[in-house]
Amino acid sequence: MDYAATSPVRSEVVKAMLPYFSQEFGNASSLHSYGQAASAALRQSREVIAKVVNADSNEIIFTSGGTESDNLAIKGAAYANREKGNHLITSSIEHPAVLNTMKQLEKEGFKVTYLPVDRFGSVNPKDVEKAITSKTILISIMHANNEIGTIQPIKEIGEIAKKHGILFHVDAVQTFGKLSIDVKTMNIDLLSASSHKICGPKGIGMLFVKKGVQIKPLFDGGAQEFHKRPGTENVSSIVGFAKAAELAHKEMKKESARLTRLRDKLIKSVLSSVKGSRLNGHPVNRLPNNINFGFVGVEGEALLLVLDSMGIAVSTGSACSSHDLTPSHVLLAINPDPVKAHGSLRVTLGHEIKESDIAYVAKAIPKAVEQIRKMTPRIEGVTTIDE
Amino acid sequence: MAKEKKSGSKKPEVKQSVTNSGIYTDEVMDHFMHPHNLGEIKDADAVGEAGNPVCGDIVYLYLKVKDNKIKDIKFKTLGCAAAIATSSMVTDIAKGKTIEEALKITNNEVAEELGGLPSIKMHCSVLAQQALKNAIEDYYKKHLK
Repeated sequence: MDYAATSPVRSEVVKAMLPYFSQEFGNASSLHSYGQAASAALRQSREVIAKVVNADSNEIIFTSGGTESDNLAIKGAAYANREKGNHLITSSIEHPAVLNTMKQLEKEGFKVTYLPVDRFGSVNPKDVEKAITSKTILISIMHANNEIGTIQPIKEIGEIAKKHGILFHVDAVQTFGKLSIDVKTMNIDLLSASSHKICGPKGIGMLFVKKGVQIKPLFDGGAQEFHKRPGTENVSSIVGFAKAAELAHKEMKKESARLTRLRDKLIKSVLSSVKGSRLNGHPVNRLPNNINFGFVGVEGEALLLVLDSMGIAVSTGSACSSHDLTPSHVLLAINPDPVKAHGSLRVTLGHEIKESDIAYVAKAIPKAVEQIRKMTPRIEGVTTIDE
Repeated sequence: MAKEKKSGSKKPEVKQSVTNSGIYTDEVMDHFMHPHNLGEIKDADAVGEAGNPVCGDIVYLYLKVKDNKIKDIKFKTLGCAAAIATSSMVTDIAKGKTIEEALKITNNEVAEELGGLPSIKMHCSVLAQQALKNAIEDYYKKHLK
């Protein structure tokens, strides 16, 4: 139930990858037949991935994953357009791969506007337009949020970017292969995607770079990936990524409908059976596989560990469970009350989640919440539930 | 009892009943899943509070004192597993001790009895110790004037 963190590699994907370790091990840059077999596999993979976002295959740059793609897109575009301006626009709820890249650019003299979001986590396209100055060179907005699942109005923002002649980057790590993406009609110049979120291998991702868009490479080296990302291509992983993308794309409509139904079933069940519970993020405009609950008087990590003991792996929006103790920047952005940011739980569904799993989790969550609340002191207005 | 547990914690054995995510010792998970001295004391002689809901952790400790000894002690805590386990452990250590002895309990002692805490969770042991100290100060204020 933590598919937004990562997902198991599908057997079809493993099967597609296997020949590219020992049999077809060639370097795609070599002219002999081994190299040419690798080169052909690369070409085909690029075509498959391009098709998923309605791009041309020579607009797809393979990278090590979503984080590198975000870095390459934002730093690459900022450095290549420095003489045009020094201002970038993003939202306050981006993934750290975007936010920390922006912070680094600020240290280097760039100016960044972090747009607020409404209580559902939506960016208002009007705010984007208002933030534009004569110095703006890039707008970077995620397609859907990794914590609360809210889907942003990408098409509207793309139109604004196009109207003002500003580059538009979309972090689509949570949506590639899950939601329909068309870089042409959405006016996207740069788009990041990752393989391991769609049952592909880890350590591989891609950046779509629209023809004619200049980005400065992060590394110096050979001519691979159209001179934008040097280094010998990770052919086996690229083949695996392409297979995963092909399957996800083919099954998208059906799988999205299936997950949306399961998602709404679990949301309805938990909200009606647990007092003092709420849904974080947008009720409708959200990823088919994302649920983010908040529970009054419950700390997220404690709930996560109780559910873990029941065999359910979820994640918490409060970063308390991982590396730092501050509440999630996303939950703080949609709710300025930090108390509420601590008691959140993210449940994300995927390929192998079945109806019976949802029924099990729907029963387990109220039990786990009750177990934690037995330990919670009564603090008026904090742990008390408004009737 | 706590002492025995400590010596047994040398070899890390992950119990099947509790999926240990790896960041906590078995003792922490055990105290979190089955806390000792959980609850409130309605006619408590003193109450101590530490932490605040903004940082995410808050501990309430309730004391019953007789003949200068902690006769009963209970806690309620809103917080992560470490916050709950350290609350549970501090009540175990303090129970039966004299007020003066209980004041000498350190947060490191609480953490050690749990077989250690991840460094970012050490503040939880401070909270538990603070709540006990605050409860004792509350006792002094109310009863020893």
